[in-house]
Amino acid sequence: MKKSLLLLSLGIFSALQLAGAADITGVITLKGTAPAEKELTPIKDDPYCSTMYPGALPTTHFYVVSAGGGLADVIVSLKGISGKSTGGSAAPVGIDQKGCLYHPQILAVQTGQKIIVKNSDTCVHNVHTVPKENAPQNLVQMPGGADLNFTFDKPEPFLKFQCDVHPWMFAWVTVVDHPYFSVSGADGKFTIKNVPPGKYTLEATHRKLGVQTAEIEVKDTGAAQNFTFEIK
Amino acid sequence: MNNKYNPALFWFAVLNAVATFLLIGLGGLVTSHEAGMSVPDWPTSYGYNMFALPIKFWTGGAFFEHTHRLLASVVGLLTTILAVWLWLKDPRKWLTWLGIAAFLLVIAQGILGGLRVKWQLDYLGIPHGAVAQAFLVLTCAIALFTGRWWQNSSAEKQISVPRGLRSHVLYVTILIFIQLLIAATMRHQHAGLAISDFPLAHGKIWPDTSAEAIAHYNAQRVEINNINPITAFQVELQMIHRLVAYAIFLGVAAAAMLARKKLGGRDWLTKFAFFWLVLLALQIILGAATIWLNKAADIATGHVMVGALALLAGALWWLVAARRTALT
Repeated sequence: MKKSLLLLSLGIFSALQLAGAADITGVITLKGTAPAEKELTPIKDDPYCSTMYPGALPTTHFYVVSAGGGLADVIVSLKGISGKSTGGSAAPVGIDQKGCLYHPQILAVQTGQKIIVKNSDTCVHNVHTVPKENAPQNLVQMPGGADLNFTFDKPEPFLKFQCDVHPWMFAWVTVVDHPYFSVSGADGKFTIKNVPPGKYTLEATHRKLGVQTAEIEVKDTGAAQNFTFEIK
Repeated sequence: MNNKYNPALFWFAVLNAVATFLLIGLGGLVTSHEAGMSVPDWPTSYGYNMFALPIKFWTGGAFFEHTHRLLASVVGLLTTILAVWLWLKDPRKWLTWLGIAAFLLVIAQGILGGLRVKWQLDYLGIPHGAVAQAFLVLTCAIALFTGRWWQNSSAEKQISVPRGLRSHVLYVTILIFIQLLIAATMRHQHAGLAISDFPLAHGKIWPDTSAEAIAHYNAQRVEINNINPITAFQVELQMIHRLVAYAIFLGVAAAAMLARKKLGGRDWLTKFAFFWLVLLALQIILGAATIWLNKAADIATGHVMVGALALLAGALWWLVAARRTALT
């Protein structure tokens, strides 16, 4: 009985919190011309990976820009919030090694949130994390081998995953200590869901173009904030 | 004391020195291909006994790292045999101890390389690279000491080498070793080219290293392998590397001129000093090519190998000069 009451109270509390929460939305745009991406030419020398690309080779993806100037792969997050992570109960996120590339290459997770790394290729990869704040790991993953699980305890921007067998393979995982973040999509748009009303500093970070911040106020109806990155 | 020249021992020592030189080249390929961590376990490889890793796994970065480990095992074995051989057959106690020093150094070097992988301590790659260079000098010195010339040359045939010239060569050789330490530090940043143009640096004689400039360089860089962002420290380090390179070139040129003046143009040491100068010129060209070709792995590795030869040439020149002077 006591347990049921406790669960009911928790449910009501959560519902009330969500009821008072709103979304932050916006668009990230790039001003200026991004440098040309490069073909991943070392793939040609790899007997397995080269078979995956009989035509054009894949390229680097540092600047993913839509026709309208929307900039993808920007991490947008509330700044200065810590200890609010719900990563332990959040759904795991996946990284797949396919065609000797990581998919996705940019993602964000919470501290304690599980990342499942899969090898869909029929060649061996090593999954090597190169963090600055968290503990590094380097694990081999055979073709058809079991998925590898990673979690990170400390917040950290753009924690690097790399395969040293195929040294063009990289993914960057931003680890935050709360659930209020988003990664801009192919059109540059982002949405941070269920943010409690209040005043915040919103931070947008691009791996190459650095950090921008904006002071925002989230009301019951939400908030909108755009960012423009400039490349000179 | 004159010792009996043992050709088998001498050629074995030469074999060890050549294998060590090739091992440095293979180590250069490992770093140039960013492959140092491609086999995460050590002393096993992908869980297999290192010597039984199936060929199908010798691909990509693992090919360079695994063959580096195998050749390192060969050098370890050769050095062990050489140390035992010197112990048993060479009457010179100091050379016996040198053989033991080589044995201990090759073991230490192997452990250093292994721990760099196992503990994922990237900075251990810097002493690993430095010890490799020192070990090459040691193995070549042992080969020199076991050679016919070292053991059988007589005082009558020698021309003493002035102390000033010997000291000059020693200082330049020490400077080359310092340069190799700088180079090892640069290579283990895994950030590619901190400066992508030469002879200018980011379009200037001395590059801008302000935070804005570094952010601009990073925004404009599109890297495939050496993916870490560059820092002001790395830009400055490459500038120091360039300046030290010019200083070394001038130092070696001065050594060659001095040798010609003091020993005469026909002296073997003068010719060797000019060969050293040619090596330095080649090294500077390879350094420039490393930049112009965006750190192409084979060129960058050639730069590592010629750097090792430049150090070796200075060290051997100094040893031969010291021996000749001691004999006269």
